[in-house]
Amino acid sequence: MENIKTDLINILKKYTLAKDVWNDFNDNSSIVSDLKINSARIVDIVIDLEEKYDIEITDEELEKLTCFKDIVKLIDLKSIK
Amino acid sequence: MNKRVVITGLGVISPIGNDIESFTLSMRKGISGIKYIKELADYNFASQIGGVPDINNSEYEKIFEKFELNEADLTVKYSVLAALQAWGDAKLELPDRFSKNINEDYGAVIGSCAGGIELYTRKLYPMVSSKNVRKLGSQIIKNLMHSSTTSILSNIFALANQTISNSSACATGVESIIMATEKIKQSKANLFIVGSADPYSPYMWAGFDSMRLLARKFNDKPTQASRPLSASSSGFVAAAGAGMMIIEELEHALSRNAKIYAEIVGYEYNSGGQRNTASNPKRVIDCIKTALNIANISGKDIDLICGYLTGSQFDSREVANWKTALNLDKTYPYINSLKSLTGHTIGASGSIETIAAVLQLKNNFIHPSINCEDLNPDIKSTWDKNKIPQKLIKDINLNYIAKASFGFGDVNSCIILKKFN
Repeated sequence: MENIKTDLINILKKYTLAKDVWNDFNDNSSIVSDLKINSARIVDIVIDLEEKYDIEITDEELEKLTCFKDIVKLIDLKSIK
Repeated sequence: MNKRVVITGLGVISPIGNDIESFTLSMRKGISGIKYIKELADYNFASQIGGVPDINNSEYEKIFEKFELNEADLTVKYSVLAALQAWGDAKLELPDRFSKNINEDYGAVIGSCAGGIELYTRKLYPMVSSKNVRKLGSQIIKNLMHSSTTSILSNIFALANQTISNSSACATGVESIIMATEKIKQSKANLFIVGSADPYSPYMWAGFDSMRLLARKFNDKPTQASRPLSASSSGFVAAAGAGMMIIEELEHALSRNAKIYAEIVGYEYNSGGQRNTASNPKRVIDCIKTALNIANISGKDIDLICGYLTGSQFDSREVANWKTALNLDKTYPYINSLKSLTGHTIGASGSIETIAAVLQLKNNFIHPSINCEDLNPDIKSTWDKNKIPQKLIKDINLNYIAKASFGFGDVNSCIILKKFN
């Protein structure tokens, strides 16, 4: 789980324009409202994760990804399979 | 329509310099930016030369990263780099990206001939063809629209007046200036970023090569290849780049103590209305005459013509059109072609060449029109050869410059610039 968190943070940092958002970062941080990542970029984050973990994230799953821990949980579940 | 419009900021990405200082130096020294391009030889182009700006440096990479443009099309990259220069040159503040403040009186008219063709061929076509649509990501549409540049500049500079993209082949750059000038004159805006860009893309240049329009006899002598006004020209030299300017309403510029480069006093655009690719001379002449009328001057008041002059077979016809439009008899203004140095930057040419005109007007010089030591005989018999500068002319007082661009599809555009006193 910790490895997934580290990987995800590295991916998210590619799309984080306001660097100071990481000061108050925690597992409940929202991707769009807290990390101020452009909502259009969610699809790029999903593509990066799919390539990194050789998984496929469905449209329904994507719609439910709002905060950091949602993504970590989903990757953990999918990569175990 | 009685508002006055002035130019207060300049930015350029070109084969002869990526900032105004080096661009000016190349103009003054008559340095060609044309080089041999191996990629074109590999693709079996007859013309294996071109003018391509070098934007591979870490400073630019940081800018692309800051504005999420790493994957952007070259048209967008050139435009953003030039627009940031112009914005800074005009001493305007870069808005805080996360602020909700917007500039309702500021807009943009930015054009291109080929738009996102570089991104299309580099990423979109290969990925769709290999059935990888799912992996395209969010940046394709953002960067591939014809309005991508204006949309991205609106985002960077918080522009909330009209932000529009125009396209009129090689007349695009001058047209963008005129469209924004009219808007300011109508009191609908105070300030615009105007300009145009076109990318380095063999896929864009290939069509011109197939039409035998590109210079193909100088692959071993690239700096001599772009030969506007010359008897030995073998076609134009394709090039790429962007020119961006800040233009604003005079009182607005004065109220913030802006540096004023020049005033736009005359302008016109029209079309030939024909069914030919070649231009309709009547409408070219009409275009120039109307610009002079709006400026309220006669043709004899023009000190310098910054011509369209590509190095094609049409140069002599253009020179004859200028002679008729300006009603010249014994005394001729100077005429030169920036394309002799940069090559033909297609949709970007009108704005890059207007910047060259503004710099000559402001700094009292005329750059050499190189590679025309063997003047085309038709031009020699039409114009005073002493007014086609082969060398730099320094310390010359210029009051009015005419700049025109014409393009495929029989489109014409002309502006008259006046020194600001």
